[in-house]
Amino acid sequence: MSNYTDELVDFDTALDRYDPVLGFEVHVELNTKTKMFSDAPNAFGDAPNTNVTPVDLGLPGVLPVVNKTAVEYSILIGLALNCQIAQKCGFARKNYFYPDTPKNFQTSQYDDPIAFDGYLDIELEDGEVFRVEIERAHMEEDAGKLTHMGGAAGRIQGADYSLVDYNRAGVPLVEIVTKPITGAGKRAPELAKAYVAAVREIVKNLGVSDAKMERGNVRCDANVSLMPKGAEKFGTRTETKNVNSLRAVEHAVHFEIERHAAVLDSGAKIVQETRHWHEDTRSTTSGRPKSDADDYRYFPEPDLVPIVTTAEWVEELRGRLPEPPAERRKRLKAEWGYADKEFRDVVNAGVLDEIEQTIAAGASAAVARKWWMGEIARLAKAADKDIADLGVSAATIVELNSLIEAKKINDKIARQVLEFAIAGEGTPSEIVEKRSLAVVNDDDALGKAVDDAMAAMPDVVEKIKGGKMQAIGALMGPVMKATRGQADAGRVREIVMEKLGL
Amino acid sequence: MNELIKLSATELAAKLRAGEATSVQAVQAHLDRIAEVDGALNAFLHVNAEEALAVAAEVDAIRAAGGAQAEALHPLAGVPIAIKDLIVTKGQPTTAASKMLEGWMSPYDATVIEKIRAAKLPMLGKTNLDEFAMGSSTEHSAYGVTRNPWNLNRIPGGSGGGSAAAVASFEAPLALGTDTGGSIRQPGAVTGTVGVKPTYGAVSRYGAIAMASSLDQIGPVSRTVLDSAYLQELIGGHDPKDSTSLPNPLEGLVAAAESGATGDIKGLRIGVIKELTGEGYQEGVQARFNESLELLKAAGAEIVEVSCPNFKYALGAYYLIMPSEVSSNLAKFDGVRYGHRVLPEESPMTIERVMGSTRAAGFGDEVKRRIILGTYALSAGYYDAYYGSAQKVRTLIQRDFEAAFEQADVLVSPTAPTVAFELGANDNDPLAMYLNDVATIPANLAGVPGITVPGGLSENLPVGIQFLAPAYEDARLYRAGAALETLLEKQWGHSLISQAPAIDTASIAQEA
Repeated sequence: MSNYTDELVDFDTALDRYDPVLGFEVHVELNTKTKMFSDAPNAFGDAPNTNVTPVDLGLPGVLPVVNKTAVEYSILIGLALNCQIAQKCGFARKNYFYPDTPKNFQTSQYDDPIAFDGYLDIELEDGEVFRVEIERAHMEEDAGKLTHMGGAAGRIQGADYSLVDYNRAGVPLVEIVTKPITGAGKRAPELAKAYVAAVREIVKNLGVSDAKMERGNVRCDANVSLMPKGAEKFGTRTETKNVNSLRAVEHAVHFEIERHAAVLDSGAKIVQETRHWHEDTRSTTSGRPKSDADDYRYFPEPDLVPIVTTAEWVEELRGRLPEPPAERRKRLKAEWGYADKEFRDVVNAGVLDEIEQTIAAGASAAVARKWWMGEIARLAKAADKDIADLGVSAATIVELNSLIEAKKINDKIARQVLEFAIAGEGTPSEIVEKRSLAVVNDDDALGKAVDDAMAAMPDVVEKIKGGKMQAIGALMGPVMKATRGQADAGRVREIVMEKLGL
Repeated sequence: MNELIKLSATELAAKLRAGEATSVQAVQAHLDRIAEVDGALNAFLHVNAEEALAVAAEVDAIRAAGGAQAEALHPLAGVPIAIKDLIVTKGQPTTAASKMLEGWMSPYDATVIEKIRAAKLPMLGKTNLDEFAMGSSTEHSAYGVTRNPWNLNRIPGGSGGGSAAAVASFEAPLALGTDTGGSIRQPGAVTGTVGVKPTYGAVSRYGAIAMASSLDQIGPVSRTVLDSAYLQELIGGHDPKDSTSLPNPLEGLVAAAESGATGDIKGLRIGVIKELTGEGYQEGVQARFNESLELLKAAGAEIVEVSCPNFKYALGAYYLIMPSEVSSNLAKFDGVRYGHRVLPEESPMTIERVMGSTRAAGFGDEVKRRIILGTYALSAGYYDAYYGSAQKVRTLIQRDFEAAFEQADVLVSPTAPTVAFELGANDNDPLAMYLNDVATIPANLAGVPGITVPGGLSENLPVGIQFLAPAYEDARLYRAGAALETLLEKQWGHSLISQAPAIDTASIAQEA
């Protein structure tokens, strides 16, 4: 639901006159076993207010204790973002009254984040690379979840009452804040999407977050401002909150650029405020005014002692870093020999890991791609599932392929066997055995089927004799029918040629 | 008066071990005493008779059965204790003496309560305090004032006036207090009892409702130094639930108290803090203090004068740091999840207005005063000038202590500048009230331990003598404190508390 009335200026026109400046705050929920400051389970989807301890409810007398794993994960994120790691840092209290925050303050980091001064090189689709500077990555705790009942749009205004679930309260978060990003021009929306995608990929690759945007594991606040082309002083920014899909990040930046340009063109001023994103209309509406003087009365959290990171600890963690996703992609593309588009499609389908495992299990790069981008992708789409969730193993693909190569089954049967394997009927060999699916390449049986088909279609036979080899295909139908689809098409073709002396 | 209630905790424990009395008898005697005098004193907000008797019976049964289980009993097992109502307890209400938590039952025990349960000390109940521990007189309780057993028209000190009055009036041999700026020591001083603020972190704060987290510390309240040593050893030690708790327990406290009780303190260097004597200290307080110094000197201590020039800023720094932390710590009391909830009289019924009307009705004036002060001190643009400067003063005070402890093993001062004042005397003058803590606050700002021991009477009211030691050196307090206690009692021929007048319950009953 939205009720915006803002005029818009066409995107290209807007950026003929203005330079956009972007900035992102990405919140990453860590997948630690327990919460940031308590030993309550950090789990998604459980009954409301079950994953809570007195600490998470802010009961009188409770004290926080820092989750060491969360600190390690935060350092890993910092290192993966090429940040410096603070030798000593602490927590602060951000004070504000809101019922999703049980203590009425959020324990966060303020002027001494655990990681700072990093960067991330973002490669756009055409290979152009933008360097996004990272200002800081700091630790904090998530708030509870409010559900506003009655009233409009699920917002607190006008609601009859609100329900609060503190299961999420205290879940560890890392907030990654960029420095202002200039120079993206018309590629700003594209860069926005690519940046958030890169952050999501990094935290997933590190294994420190489930990284599911639809579950709010990765959440983005997008800051946009415009300044006249060539200007140096940044314009007033707006912050579009909780843009929670990659497409939405791209659209939100696109929309705000068009909206800002219209406001500036009219001679009015941009109001510094938060904006709400509306997926249905792909537009933003005004949230609450925000000024740099918002007073959260930060002060050092007196219930916690400073976190000291020794060089040995940081280096030990650095040693745990997996290969960065961008470098890995470059390596795999070269190793596999895929064309640019082929490789991009594989990346977009999210099956790099699967293909890598399939090749490791013995398949060729071409065979692995054929299966994962072909039949498996089709089945996933039909089942409305992620490819990874179909449960197809690399071993299944390798076995299917060797059955085909040994001419025990043909492609068509192989696809059926795959479906049976997904349904849990066993390994491909077991399925072929159990269901008697082995192809018929017994020349006597095939020869008879070919004779019958040729007798039934003399015109086709004439065409073949006349040199129209593709007409052989017309014989294939009856032959397959006669053999219940289990004929080896290659062998059928050979038999036809032999019989016609070609 | 039943003789059992006159015993110190250690004496009572010995009697229980010897089979000369049962814990049920001891608990019942204290419950009887509470029934007799607490109508006048109002030291208890809740009396936990049933559970206390059950725990006592359990201890008695273990003792009667003998064997390994009896051997394994804690030395204080069966000795009853009172708990300041700032510390959360399962099965008993915890109110912090605020309307905000009226009727609230904690679903969990504070770490110190877990230790007390494990050691099987029957809990007699929860004692009165200034609301959320904010005050020096226990007049700021939402549940009525507590009266000083020495003079029912006088304050029992605060915030832990309930625990101090309970121990001073023989309602309990032991109690737990909390000390943020003197809330154990100043009530100890004005009621003629012993109270200790341990080194910051020596006792877990988990389950003590926070007033000012960087200053709060749970500690023992008793009638003898040795009793406090036993109690601190019981409640102290590292707690994984409190990040600020020390990694290792402080040891040798009982041994230090026993060594001090021989009266031998030859070679102990005692530093008199120049800034905590003289102007502002009542003549009688100063006189008792000087007499104590003479005794210590005569017993072989070396008395030196030390200067802590930044102590004069301590009160000012305290009244910025403490309210700042208060403003944040008390934000959770909003009526949303637990406790008192007051709906606004007029619509709209928004969450902000419900929180606002709840806090307006649920908090008393002193609490509101400190929340407002702290909110202001932390505000953008004022933070550096107020909170930031106060933290610098805190560092300077720590340095003053470090320098002083190079010249002396322990420091000494009067615990409070005056004897107990009359109820209502400072009603309209919060600053005068704050001045009561001038001698106790520096220890909280620096995190060092302090003890108060009875130093005699002035105007027939108790005077307290305070010793301070370097962080982690709580044992020194027990040695010096026990030595002075022994020397004074030898001089007087009796303990100070034995001279307390009978409590005239009738006078209060008539007033009421």
